[in-house]
Amino acid sequence: MADVAQWPAVLRNGRALLGLFVFLLLFLVAAAAPLLAPHDPLEQDLVNSFLPPFWRPDADPQFLFGTDSLGRDIFSRLIYGARIAFIVAVVAASLVCVLGTMLGLLSGYYGGWIDTGISRLVDVWMSFPPVLLSIVLAAVIGAGLQAVIIAIVVVDWTRFCRIVRAEVLVQREQDYVTAALTMGLGRPHIMLREILPNILPTLAVLYSLEMGIAIIVEAILSFVGLSVASDAPTWGGLIQEGRLYINQAWWLLALPVGCIIVTVLGLNALGDGLRESLDPVLRR
Amino acid sequence: MPLGYIGKRLAMAIPTLFGVAVVVFVLLRVVPGDPIAMMLPPGARADDIERLRALYGLNHPIVEQFGRWLLDLVTGNFGTSISLHQGVFGLIMSRLPATLELALAALVVATAAGVLFGVAAAYWRGRWPEVAVDALTGLGMAIPDFLWALLLVLALGVLLPVLPISGRIDPRTEISFVTEFYLAESFVRGEFAVAGSLLAHMVLPVAALALPLTAAISRILKGAINEAMSQDYILMARVKGFSKARIVWREALRNALVPAVTLSGVQFTFLIGGTVLVERIFGYPGIGNMAIGAVIDRDLPLIQGIVLIFAVLFIVVNLLVDMTYVAINPRIRHG
Repeated sequence: MADVAQWPAVLRNGRALLGLFVFLLLFLVAAAAPLLAPHDPLEQDLVNSFLPPFWRPDADPQFLFGTDSLGRDIFSRLIYGARIAFIVAVVAASLVCVLGTMLGLLSGYYGGWIDTGISRLVDVWMSFPPVLLSIVLAAVIGAGLQAVIIAIVVVDWTRFCRIVRAEVLVQREQDYVTAALTMGLGRPHIMLREILPNILPTLAVLYSLEMGIAIIVEAILSFVGLSVASDAPTWGGLIQEGRLYINQAWWLLALPVGCIIVTVLGLNALGDGLRESLDPVLRR
Repeated sequence: MPLGYIGKRLAMAIPTLFGVAVVVFVLLRVVPGDPIAMMLPPGARADDIERLRALYGLNHPIVEQFGRWLLDLVTGNFGTSISLHQGVFGLIMSRLPATLELALAALVVATAAGVLFGVAAAYWRGRWPEVAVDALTGLGMAIPDFLWALLLVLALGVLLPVLPISGRIDPRTEISFVTEFYLAESFVRGEFAVAGSLLAHMVLPVAALALPLTAAISRILKGAINEAMSQDYILMARVKGFSKARIVWREALRNALVPAVTLSGVQFTFLIGGTVLVERIFGYPGIGNMAIGAVIDRDLPLIQGIVLIFAVLFIVVNLLVDMTYVAINPRIRHG
């Protein structure tokens, strides 16, 4: 597929750079949330509920995007929401990547009954609507960030598994694998030290897309009321609250939706950019 | 279509269905430890717990429980909903038509729009229509139906309130339906005002569901047509002096349909999954909306039934896609 020596090509790809910028921005906002947020995201002030955002003439400059039904500062809640989104994106995508890649490698490289078993499992898994499965899983495991991450990992490993398996099937037939076999290297060594590095570009693309998916799933679970504690500021939770007051204050819904869309589009651009710059066929 | 292939494909679906049943059983009966704990309020009395365990057969060994449960499923006995106090199978069947009407409408819209956009992008290759279609498909595929639904609510329900954003039909409509397929029935009975109200309520949820599929179809089709256009038979058609429109629509499109159908079939299963949230957002009374209600109410039998029905829908759609693929692809002759 691609040469790891081509990594600098990523930095010459506009889309990858745009995506990288959005990702770094998300990271910075998440890391510096306590410094950036002008208010405590949980601090209620019932006297100042439903304050309008800055573009309204009667806005309070203290509250950039106004306040919600309990008088909490929307801007601060969005900033802390980025924190949860970032944690979920990175942790869930990493775990999905490890689990899916391991199973995909085993399935593609060893073949035989291992391949049959894993492939049947993938078939069964793909028979469930992913959204419904993660909602049911989160409900079974119980609320909390951990449950959200487990639900994402249990549902999404097939994405990596299928693609890694297909990629390994191609790599397995390459000369360098035959050479490694002739040299007497063990099969686990070939799988992890020879084949795995060659599929890293594919994994990078899948990983950036998976981060976007994880953020959306977290938002969906918060939206249904199954994510972290209900007063915790998550983008999905803000969406759910915003929906209740859609006719009085549409921005309560529009702002978190906007945050998710910008992040997801950024991560998608990163994935597409990586694909373009790392895939030699596409690059030509 | 070769009958042997259909038979083989059907036979392959059976172990998958069995696997689905195992997963649902393990997920909902074994993983939480005690499903009764999920159903009862905290602080329930010990003899109440025992009675409920016996009622649901949970005092038997786990393998026996699975066997009984599977037998019940095969005979159509999905148990009784805890929150709605009705048979689960009946409940699902009364809500399924609403979901099917929504999903099929979205499929029709997405196919029509996707083909139109895909052909336009291929026809005006390298000109502004292709650029516009590429930008739209990029957005359409990156943003999931859940977010499209919210954006549409904001744009056309609130900021520019032109369409209803909740329910399936105007609540003031006075008509009693014989079937649950309201839209089809109102057309058959010639009740066009009623059909109009149903359609108005469907516009936004259908658009939210159809957007990602439209984007996928047009992107795949554009690529497939472009590839077909470089084949010898297209050159032949050009030499014969056929018009460009005829070549794209009649020759290239026909050959481009094969990969497009396969890939959009997979996308269609995503659309069916998407009904869960889209129905919730628009208060549309289908099984997706009922599924989230069941999860919130911890209604275990109902959750089980709905998850199984969705899995069966997925498997059936995949089967249909495979068969369409064989039917429209003259080059493939499966044994």
